[in-house]
Amino acid sequence: MKIDDRLIEYLADLSRLELSGEEKEARKKDLEDILAYMEKLGELDTQGLPEMTHPFEAQNRFREDEVANRDRREELLGGAPDRSGPYFRVPRAVEE
Amino acid sequence: MDLDLKKSTALEIAKAIQERKLSSPEVTRAYLDAAKADFEKAPGDTTKINAYASLGEEAAMAQAQAAQKRIDAGEAPSPLAGVPVALKDIICTTEGTTTASSKILTGFRAPYDAGVVDRMRAAGLVFLGKTNMDEFAMGSSTETSHLGITRNPWDTARVPGGSSGGSAAAVAAGLAPFALGSDTGGSIRQPCALTNLTGVKPTYGSVSRYGLMAYGSSLDQIGPMAKDAADAAALLAVISGKDERDSTSVMEKPFDFSDINMKEIKIGIPRNYFGMPGLADDVKACVLGAAETFRALGAKAIDIDLPLIDYAVPTYLIIACAEASSNLSRYDGVKYGYRSPDAADIHDVYYKTRSEGFGTEVKRRIILGSFVLSSGYFDAYYKKALQVRGLIRAAFDKALEGCDMILSPATPTVAFEIGGKIQDPIAMYLADIYTTSVNLTGLPGLAAPCGFGEGGLPVGMQLIGRAWEDGRLLSAVKAYQGATDFHKRWPA
Repeated sequence: MKIDDRLIEYLADLSRLELSGEEKEARKKDLEDILAYMEKLGELDTQGLPEMTHPFEAQNRFREDEVANRDRREELLGGAPDRSGPYFRVPRAVEE
Repeated sequence: MDLDLKKSTALEIAKAIQERKLSSPEVTRAYLDAAKADFEKAPGDTTKINAYASLGEEAAMAQAQAAQKRIDAGEAPSPLAGVPVALKDIICTTEGTTTASSKILTGFRAPYDAGVVDRMRAAGLVFLGKTNMDEFAMGSSTETSHLGITRNPWDTARVPGGSSGGSAAAVAAGLAPFALGSDTGGSIRQPCALTNLTGVKPTYGSVSRYGLMAYGSSLDQIGPMAKDAADAAALLAVISGKDERDSTSVMEKPFDFSDINMKEIKIGIPRNYFGMPGLADDVKACVLGAAETFRALGAKAIDIDLPLIDYAVPTYLIIACAEASSNLSRYDGVKYGYRSPDAADIHDVYYKTRSEGFGTEVKRRIILGSFVLSSGYFDAYYKKALQVRGLIRAAFDKALEGCDMILSPATPTVAFEIGGKIQDPIAMYLADIYTTSVNLTGLPGLAAPCGFGEGGLPVGMQLIGRAWEDGRLLSAVKAYQGATDFHKRWPA
């Protein structure tokens, strides 16, 4: 499958990545090579087969909803690149 | 006992500590000194193994002293009390940093301990530090680390495998008695095979993933990397068990590590695995030699059919990358770690932070994951891969009805040269051809030494078992290691 500029730009956007011109060409080529390799799966007829999303039969397991965690605001905010008091701080996201 | 950093096993050290022949602070100091000597070598030094991402000297000594106090009071919390261990840089600890060897997590200090860390603390183990790895566990050579490559102690011009290459190199070079790694597609077994260690990817759901930075959540599992099966079993016994904080943690009863009668064991040999074009002759000969040893121990070794190996790597890549593209969306420059200094607006915070913070292989996999999950391609790739995953699981279940465990190579070749595959992603992905199926199926798999090939480099076999029979796999290797001495050789 051919990966054109529009598709790689769309995928970079979905991935929240900015690609330089050089990177864009490199990722286009990787993706084409890897997808060509993945074509192999097309040899298998999987029509109507179930999709295995998890290694084992998953069953819902219920438990009482008890508060077990404690207030960790300081610990959690402690790793932020920027904060303002009890908040994470980021550049303005909405115009005035 | 004379402590030999390279040769002494964790259980030998544990016994010496219990018998007061060594103290925990003494042992911990010796490993820290060795690790520090390597850590402090210049980055370009070709004798630098670079096994560690960070060392936790002060915390380790404090833990060792605390453990020794309890031992001296006759209150040793476990048979491994006071023994030091190294942790892959993807397992969260409140002490020191946990960075997944990525720029985007530079300086990150976890606010909580991983589930396995809680268990190891309760057992009185001592944490030496964090080991280097492929960034976010994406790689098979430890060359994608933001912290520089790790070298194979057997030949420093070669890779130690990956992604848990730092853990493997640390144990092989005598910089830790044993270590924890994580395995999403082979990241414990492949480096163990390339460095002459015994390592286990446990049954999915047996070891808590709480506090393990997520790569492919339906595939990831933490496991031990050790000098022999007995050490691996001892560490696995500590870290396995149900954890309410991980909803996929479903272990009902502890693993059974008791000795097994090899005469009652049937080992399946999938002949097609040994006919793969990429399999090197030296590896093939050593692994088939292991089959003979198992026979000599009384086991039955029979040929079995195990189809679909050619489909395992593409299926794995689709599923792992899809899960990774979702899991890694949390690294946004807001909550923790790195933020681009050039971020002028919120768009930049996300885009520039991620573009500067992630390395090439991580970007490659996130983009691939975004592709297979995107509208228009989802059915042809992601859904297809989930269906093939079911077929692969069914093939393994069927094979394991006719035998107790499956013997295969762990890797197609011995350790390859640094730089040998890093420019060719598909060649690198194929380094995991024998290991990825095990993660897709959730079954337990281990790698263990079984000989030496080209250039005197170690060769590893892989044993795959039925779900929850991890203990039996290790007992079989224990029997094998009683009859062989490959695991008792160390790099010069």
